Amino acid sequence: MIARAAIVLALALTASAARAERLVVSLSNARIAVTSNYVGEDLVLFGTVQPDVGKELKDAYDLVVTVTGPSETLRARRKERVLGIFVNIDAREFVRVPSYLAVLTDRPVAQIAGPQVLRRQQVGMDSFILTQRVGADFADTVTDDPFRKAFIRLKEQQHLYSQSATAVTFLTPTVFRASIPVPADAATGRFDVDVKLFAQGAMVGRTATSFAVTKAGVEQYVVEASQNHGLLYGLATMTAALAIGWLASVAFRRD
Amino acid sequence: MQIYLPIADLPVNIFLVLGMGLAVGFISGMFGIGGGFLMTPLLIFIGIPPAVAVASVASHIAASSCTGALTYWRRRAIDIALALMLLSAGIVGTATGVWLFTMLRALDQLDLVIGISYVVLLTAVGGLMINEALRAEMRAHRGMPATLRRPGSHNWLHGLPLKMRFKRSKIYVSAIPVWGIGFSIGFVGAIMGIGGGFLLVPMLIYFLRVPTATVIGTSMVLTLITMASATVMHAATNHLVDAILALILMVGGVIGAQFGAHTGHKMRPERLRLMLGLLVFAVGVRFAYELVVPPDDLYSLRLVSPP
Repeated sequence: MIARAAIVLALALTASAARAERLVVSLSNARIAVTSNYVGEDLVLFGTVQPDVGKELKDAYDLVVTVTGPSETLRARRKERVLGIFVNIDAREFVRVPSYLAVLTDRPVAQIAGPQVLRRQQVGMDSFILTQRVGADFADTVTDDPFRKAFIRLKEQQHLYSQSATAVTFLTPTVFRASIPVPADAATGRFDVDVKLFAQGAMVGRTATSFAVTKAGVEQYVVEASQNHGLLYGLATMTAALAIGWLASVAFRRD
Repeated sequence: MQIYLPIADLPVNIFLVLGMGLAVGFISGMFGIGGGFLMTPLLIFIGIPPAVAVASVASHIAASSCTGALTYWRRRAIDIALALMLLSAGIVGTATGVWLFTMLRALDQLDLVIGISYVVLLTAVGGLMINEALRAEMRAHRGMPATLRRPGSHNWLHGLPLKMRFKRSKIYVSAIPVWGIGFSIGFVGAIMGIGGGFLLVPMLIYFLRVPTATVIGTSMVLTLITMASATVMHAATNHLVDAILALILMVGGVIGAQFGAHTGHKMRPERLRLMLGLLVFAVGVRFAYELVVPPDDLYSLRLVSPP
């Protein structure tokens, strides 16, 4: 009940905030095609801040772009030395968390707004809710929880989670661009781009867009075949293996 | 040149994978083994998800063992009856292994069990092979003739009931140890993602006294059938076979296997066994090192449900 009230309140706040400044954004590419020579791509988000009728623009804006990829469930495991060898002794499940998360800002999030605003708007890696299954409960833990820290660290090593305080640049006080790095092993599916505008520590505008990462050409054909016609796909792979083996034995025959 | 692997979901250097196929193919042709115990860890090392690596390696081994089996078929060096007997138990072993694989994965202890199995099996088999080959080398060095008659041609295994005659191999043994060997190879193969040729060959020689003339060809037929069916099973159930990765590996593998077989024929069998023993032992020690040395990160992630 309290949670629902909070959601309603949050929606009311965003609605009233959105009336002050309007954000207009556009992505350089709405669809990333994963083909056989795909090695990742950088998308560019362009946008402007526009005042609503009868309103003045403020002097300084901050922009927070949060990009989230398709959600997945992961298990983080911790090793410890038992009888001389390293064994997984503890595990925690991260339920339906984004497979990709990028927080792009024009300066460090701590300078953009106070901790309460950051927490409420889920701005920054530390405020982003990563649901964990703890026993029978589903909840996020404190930011310095060792499993949460390890999870983010491992995702950052794979370049799937990132936070950058320089990725957003204001070309003029109202025109901005942000670069979104999409690594090669990012999941395929829909990526949501949430754009929040801050002024003097408060959120004054918000908009959202999205792009898709999809497989194309041979890649798409192979994936579809393996998913929808697994048995045929397996038989075809096996036949190819036998054919290549036979060809080699004929080609290199010496007797 | 980078190529994107659709199922493994990452780009790899095509020449690196081709080179790995060639190198492992060379070794597999030289020693008459599938090479899965080398290829699976190598693929995991370059970042391929372990499940995709295990499933795709199966088709690579099928291709290289097909080449080998055809060569041995032309030389009439295959005991089909023995291969089929081993296979019938091997299927049961594989099913048991797959069941245990799933259970251990759910308990987060799969990596540990795979690690320990590699260490125990590889160091033990490698050590035995080195020991045996060194003795043979020393005998040859002292100028003693190689033992023509296989020592202790009859052991207790030959006293078991359900005796069968395998004509091509000229052996008359009980079906029980044959089934036992087939079962354990299938079981170990399913858990460790290997064909098991490097285990099967010594087992057939030491336990069943299968002559060297038919042992490698027979082992290759068994590997071919198990790995070909594993490819289909992995593709039909888990959708984990990466056809692009498999094709690159196969092409490298079959070419490497030809050169490997050529080199192998020019070497003395004792020297060959010593080298294989050292290789198997080294891979085992590498796995032991991984278990004992503190990892870079005590934490690791495993995908439960994909996006």
